[in-house]
Amino acid sequence: MTSRRPSPWLYAVLLLLAAVYIFPFLVNVATSFKTEPDAASNPISLIPQTFTTAAYDRLFTEVPFPTWFKNSVVVTLFVTAGRVFFDSLAGYALARIHFRGRALMFALLVAIMAVPNVVLLIPKFLVINQLGIYNSYPGLVVPLLVDAAGIFIMKNFFESIPVAVEEQARIDGANTFRMFWSVVLPMARPALVTIVILSFQGSWNELNHFIVAANDPELTNLTKGVAQLASNQLGQGTKYPLKLAAAAVMTIPVAILFLVFQKRIMNTSAGAVKG
Amino acid sequence: MSGSSIRRGQTRDGWLFVAPAVILLAVFLAFPVLMALWVSVSDWRGVGSPLSGDVGFVGADNYANILTGGSLQQRDFGTAMRNNVYYVLFVVPLQTAAALGLAVLVHTKGLRGRGFFRTAFYFPSVTSAVAITVLWLFLFNSTGVVNAILGWVGIDGPNWFGKADGIFHSALAAVGVDAPAALTDHRMLGVSWWEWLAGPSFAMSAFILLAVFTTSGTFMLLFIAALNNIGDEIEEAGRVDGASSWQRFRHLTLPMLRPTLFTVLTLGLIGTWQVFDQIYTGTQGGPAKTTLTPAYLSFQSSFNSQRWGEGAAIAFILFAIIVVLTLFQRWALREKP
Repeated sequence: MTSRRPSPWLYAVLLLLAAVYIFPFLVNVATSFKTEPDAASNPISLIPQTFTTAAYDRLFTEVPFPTWFKNSVVVTLFVTAGRVFFDSLAGYALARIHFRGRALMFALLVAIMAVPNVVLLIPKFLVINQLGIYNSYPGLVVPLLVDAAGIFIMKNFFESIPVAVEEQARIDGANTFRMFWSVVLPMARPALVTIVILSFQGSWNELNHFIVAANDPELTNLTKGVAQLASNQLGQGTKYPLKLAAAAVMTIPVAILFLVFQKRIMNTSAGAVKG
Repeated sequence: MSGSSIRRGQTRDGWLFVAPAVILLAVFLAFPVLMALWVSVSDWRGVGSPLSGDVGFVGADNYANILTGGSLQQRDFGTAMRNNVYYVLFVVPLQTAAALGLAVLVHTKGLRGRGFFRTAFYFPSVTSAVAITVLWLFLFNSTGVVNAILGWVGIDGPNWFGKADGIFHSALAAVGVDAPAALTDHRMLGVSWWEWLAGPSFAMSAFILLAVFTTSGTFMLLFIAALNNIGDEIEEAGRVDGASSWQRFRHLTLPMLRPTLFTVLTLGLIGTWQVFDQIYTGTQGGPAKTTLTPAYLSFQSSFNSQRWGEGAAIAFILFAIIVVLTLFQRWALREKP
């Protein structure tokens, strides 16, 4: 039997498609190193006529980009840490501890996962306002500290590991939290990495929560800041190199995360969406 | 230790473990939804707490204002519905077809550079909607990349994000068809039938392409996973029987992809009703309200116009649409006996 090799045409088609998906990002980076007139007259060219880092300099002078970046980092770190801890705690309880009300809790969780994010814009603002944490770091962070999908992932993982280890630890007299912390959690590393990836990407790219949680410029994060810059709420003018420089810098952390954990991300996304 | 005390200990530990999650989800998800439900039937205008004594109950007035009566609010809601319906009608089939096509190509046996292609197609999915929208504003501006490419084939491209004409209207105008009175005289949700038939505006069309660009990679992964599960035997059997590659795909592969196809279609249906970030970043509903969506309108009515009751009511109507679509998905994917 002859082994079949894919035809050259297939490679041609795939390369063309890959170019369509990659080219916009190359344009993004190239334009951020152009002057404004150059960006307008040679939009396609990937080589700036005069190479300039002016757009990046302006990120520091014209807009409070460092503040936005700092806020995104702070929020993302807290949210990721919170989700890793609280999601695994709750996921473990739902998978392993037989307590009254467990079925109800689980049903509630599934119901909550079905509520779409955009429907929560007004409700979230109302409660943040009511609690007096509008325009504060707790307002930015606390509502995001737990996510139902993460609990779901952790629960599924804990159900997949054998009970024997925990039974041994229980016989040795460890209480539930000790056992969870020093026996179960170390075994859960693959699932925890998944939660870290999803939380990092989710909170770094999150926009609408930050729109309704604060309006203090000091508390603006990257997504909100760049969105306001793009919609000219921060002064008129096309300023494409500046805007694209901002877009490029805000993409770098998730791009690195993606390239490092590529394989796991692609497997997780398939699994998570399948539900 | 006796059996019952173990159980008591387990119940205590169980609740302690889920408490942080339950409290946070209750305070920031369940409770706010109830509060917004109250706002949607109240006359609260954004001053003070909606739970204070001087906020009145107005029944279904806010809902009625949006759905009936020919008010500006009704017209805006009708326009937002029209825009989003076109967005759904274009994005869902296009993203599904693109995702399936990419998956089949990438899944080809013996393909070299598979990882590279998969990465290239998936990468747009991990970036933020804000960053991609900023890029899109540049690509589709009047002197942008898209128009430069159209210029190669002699087409003078529009300023996409500034052009409010519907693409169906534009196509009809090109062949000399103008608004017939029969269609302009009748209205639905405050919008004339002729306007319902406008098609997505050029600005909305650019958003449609953006959605296909960013979601096709995610759904491609679902199709690839499904294709991996099918295995090669069936392909081989078809080959032995002398079926052409199109016949094999159409009659062997596609039927086996049905469950995944259905999942992708319904996830697409649910997702496309929630478009917000792109609108907030790119057009704020313009030009001429042709990129207004219910999600954005709900935000705008509340936060910009201080019409909180109506904004909350729009959010719940949107919620109802999404719940119906979700239930439809559950029903269609139910375990068959």
